[in-house]
Amino acid sequence: MSKVTQALPGVDALLPYGGAVLLVLGGSYFFPQILGLDYLAQQLQIAAFLGLLALGATLVILLGHIDLSVPWVLGGAAIVSTSLVGSGDPALAGMAIPAALLFGAVVGVINGAGVAILRIPSMVWTLAVNSMLLGVAVLNTGGFNPKGEASGTMIWLATGTVAGFPVAFVVWMAVTGVMALLLTRSGFGRYLSAIGYNEKATLLSGVSTPSVIFAAFAIAGLCSALGGVMLAGYANQAYQSMGDPFLLPTIAAVVIGGTSILGGRGSLIGTIGGVLFITLLTSILSVMQISDAWRNIIFGLIIIVMLLLQTLRRKDP
Amino acid sequence: MRNLFRSNQREAIAIAVLSVLLALYLATHPSGPNTYVMTIWANQCLILALAAIAQFFAVIVRGIDLSVGAVMALTNCVASYLVIGSGLEMGLGIVAVLAVGIACGLVNGALVVFGRLQPIVATLATASLFVGLALLLRPTPGGQIDYDLADAFTLDVLGIPTALIIAAAVVGLFWVPLRRTGLGLGLYAVGSSEQAAFQSGMPVPVIRLASFAMGGLFAGLAGLYFSFVTTTGDAGIGPNFTLNSIAAVVLGGVALRGGVGTLTGAMAGAFILKTIGSLMFFSGLPPLAQPFIEGLILAGAIAIGGAGVLRVKNRLEVFAQ
Amino acid sequence: MSRSEHPIVHLRGVSKVYGATHALSDVDFSCYGGEIHAILGENGAGKSTLMKLVSGVIQPTAGEIEIDGELTRLKGPSDAISRGLICMFQELSLVPDLSVRENLMLGAVGTGLGRLNADVVKRAQDILGQIDGEAIGLTTRVADLTLAERQQVEIAKALTRDPKLLILDEATSALNASVVEKVFRLIRAERDRGVGVLFISHRFHEIETLADRISIFRNGAHVETFDNGAYDYGAIISKMVGQRIDDLFPAKPKADPDADEVLRLEAFGWSDRLQDISIVLRKGQITGLGGLDGQGQGDVLQGLFGLLKGTTGRCLIGETEVSIRHPKQAKDPKLGIALVPEDRKTEGLILDQSIARNLELAALGTHGIDAADKTIYQPFLDALELKCDSLDQPVSQLSGGNQQKVALTKWLTLGPRCMLLADPTRGIDVKTKTQIYALLRRLADSGVAILLLSTDYEELIHLCDETHIFYQGRIVRHLTGKDVTAEAIIAASLNIPATTERSEAANA
Repeated sequence: MSKVTQALPGVDALLPYGGAVLLVLGGSYFFPQILGLDYLAQQLQIAAFLGLLALGATLVILLGHIDLSVPWVLGGAAIVSTSLVGSGDPALAGMAIPAALLFGAVVGVINGAGVAILRIPSMVWTLAVNSMLLGVAVLNTGGFNPKGEASGTMIWLATGTVAGFPVAFVVWMAVTGVMALLLTRSGFGRYLSAIGYNEKATLLSGVSTPSVIFAAFAIAGLCSALGGVMLAGYANQAYQSMGDPFLLPTIAAVVIGGTSILGGRGSLIGTIGGVLFITLLTSILSVMQISDAWRNIIFGLIIIVMLLLQTLRRKDP
Repeated sequence: MRNLFRSNQREAIAIAVLSVLLALYLATHPSGPNTYVMTIWANQCLILALAAIAQFFAVIVRGIDLSVGAVMALTNCVASYLVIGSGLEMGLGIVAVLAVGIACGLVNGALVVFGRLQPIVATLATASLFVGLALLLRPTPGGQIDYDLADAFTLDVLGIPTALIIAAAVVGLFWVPLRRTGLGLGLYAVGSSEQAAFQSGMPVPVIRLASFAMGGLFAGLAGLYFSFVTTTGDAGIGPNFTLNSIAAVVLGGVALRGGVGTLTGAMAGAFILKTIGSLMFFSGLPPLAQPFIEGLILAGAIAIGGAGVLRVKNRLEVFAQ
Repeated sequence: MSRSEHPIVHLRGVSKVYGATHALSDVDFSCYGGEIHAILGENGAGKSTLMKLVSGVIQPTAGEIEIDGELTRLKGPSDAISRGLICMFQELSLVPDLSVRENLMLGAVGTGLGRLNADVVKRAQDILGQIDGEAIGLTTRVADLTLAERQQVEIAKALTRDPKLLILDEATSALNASVVEKVFRLIRAERDRGVGVLFISHRFHEIETLADRISIFRNGAHVETFDNGAYDYGAIISKMVGQRIDDLFPAKPKADPDADEVLRLEAFGWSDRLQDISIVLRKGQITGLGGLDGQGQGDVLQGLFGLLKGTTGRCLIGETEVSIRHPKQAKDPKLGIALVPEDRKTEGLILDQSIARNLELAALGTHGIDAADKTIYQPFLDALELKCDSLDQPVSQLSGGNQQKVALTKWLTLGPRCMLLADPTRGIDVKTKTQIYALLRRLADSGVAILLLSTDYEELIHLCDETHIFYQGRIVRHLTGKDVTAEAIIAASLNIPATTERSEAANA
């Protein structure tokens, strides 16, 4: 059943929150500073970047599709925004964030066109779009890290604080709120999961399914672009392949949050939990100063356990 | 005969495209068609081709394997310890490398069959696990493969690149016999219609497991061959191979919905992908334009394949595929 | 050879439960070698569940199965096949992407996962030759075969597996009479060799000519087993239905030929599938679309609902000419068209979602309707007597009849001006049928124009005010009033003059 609009999230969506709490408590046994406000605030800030990407990915995965173009939509948006700021022209610099977001939405529409109109499997089409974006970026920057810098606004969005909370976290929650409203108030959320379960029956219910697919991919592109702008603000630059490390954690966060990779079933609440869980897991593994190797191994194993907890809890698949 | 062609149409197109590209490549290569040029080309192609075969075994049973590159990295690192020394030691080392590949495939298969995870998320998680193990073995690139052995597999025999002989052997000694068994047929049956396969009395879980194990074996072979080409171990080689293996099977006419396509098609797809890259290297295009052109060709090829949908006159028919 | 002394398969107190549905309850049943045993029952009576149990596809919830006198638990189809229980399924067990040849070899006796054996192909070819299937190319993909050809391949595949008990579930539904006769000859030969045959068909005359014994199932229960010929047609039907057939249909008021036009199609066409279709739907009328399966009736419904691209001709709603390009446009109150599609499981409903979610999907985003207000659905659910625990129950847990009630209500809530229905009573129990018929008549009386595609000519006769019969994408006969008879419908469906009435007519 779709839980997008249900007041009480299902057990699947609560699982990652439970996991996150366990991580904090367990971690604090070894490293008491983990319970400190500074540490937790920092985690919320870092989680926001992954969180924005995962919000978009949730919409696409609810549809039963996947967006593998996240890395270079993120990277492209970062390059667009920092180059405009770096141009030195105040008019262009002012356009930095809107232009980057527009870029994300346009790529999203291209993704949607391949999936909704040409009916190419999203996994292949978005992969191809990603490699074209990579190509364009390499062509433009000559393979070096692009010149340019982040604007004050971008830096503030990524690293500032408001009333003690990181601005990045506030932005994440604000986008979540807007998206939740969109999903519940307009029927968009119903359409997404209906398509995820059965696209044919949804079309036959008089729903313009292509528009829904376009919208979902466009919003996902917007989210990735916003993530890119904020990451550029965080690093005060754009760099090659800055999006690559985010692709798989994004998908993992959505799935751990109880959204079915086959589409239909899932929730934004669950995704936020999944993002918090993944962020804390990564962070605690690095606080423990264990090697990259063990970090990867433990990360993989814990994800497998979380996924198995989900499926084995259900008696019938 | 017409029917036979129709069922292999996509693969036939892939092989035709490959022939044209190869001819172009040899014609434009500055030093002309010689064994050295061919060998370098064939070695690069074979690595991706073996990875594409690994991906093929996941896709044919309606799955996808995001851990192909990770298994390659792990087996590459294992090889960098074991494939050296006396003949016997090297022999056992190769067996161990391939056993690691099969074990990785079985882990994936078990999570899918018994854990009931979707292949895409199961292999997403195991990829992290396998890369971790690879990093444990080789935190930084290093190690050594026996040079003579590596040369034997990466040079040529009587002017024919060894890589091409291996490719032919995979088809002739593995794929053709496999297609003549119930298992080979079962792969297609499970991917095309699991229900029909089950009702025909096929052991669906065993076939799925076997398919993932064969995928692991070929990812291991890809890692091993990569070791012969580079003669060193590196845990960081994975990500590009995973994504390129998916692109290769699609170019080679393997349907992501399962049940359609062949191992030779997947290999042809890999050869096409690599040949395009090599072709551009000598084509006089600015080197920086290469990634873009590669992406454009991939997208174009897929979009042309999808354009048939635009001619469909009943909106419901697009869902039947 | 006559009937074997002991049954090949013996079921004792077997039940099968799916969620809230009892597909079979406490069934005792046996089938012997050397007999052709027909299973009769309505859709949903439990026939197919019985077959799936015997062929190992599903396991019973309760009860015991004895095979050759030995208490057995069939672990799966491969277990059943190795015991000689060979089933030819209604939902075809052929793999679409494999060739005919490969399908014949798949899972053949003694193959397993090992080396394939081409001998079965030769034997199958031989069998195909005996049932007019010699033209079927062995290298053809099964997906490219016609339904009839697939059934011929299925039959050949089943017979090459050396059955001890042959289970045929609607195995000949798409075959023409002369091929069916040849298939029957083969089946009788198997029976005479001592093979037991379980035979399900909805064509009563086939059962009459073929069966030695007949078992009747109703609502998941085994009603009675008797020798063929012990009862006449009428008695058997009433055992199957458990109720007299006259009660089925509501009284039909006199049609008003001058009622307001709701929708008019003129010279409507689509690629080479539909030609020159002209239909007028009037307020308060139920218009039938008849004919054999797939003669274009379904395409007309889809065209009116905006699913077809490149249609020709004119379509008028009231006085205005419209061009319907998308379902979203069709359901808009300006046009007010609703379609209840043929396959409720994959087209009409989203099985994994709750009743409430399914009901909302059509209403969402429609002007003047608050989809979230559950009270708007209730009057229709009450009229149809939907049985469910709550509206939050997944639709997949409902019985076929109750699922169809949800699929209907979803559209009724929009208050359509014109309802298109594609075989809405297929596979549904009699009680639900009467409820649906009554509802359709009430809707018509309240002014809705109804276009009903039906493969059941009783519906065309007793429910519809007039009927268009399709043949190869054209309307070949427009029947009204007293002209709507079984003979006329069947003759028109086969596109033969109404006078040369065929003997099959009465039984088809």
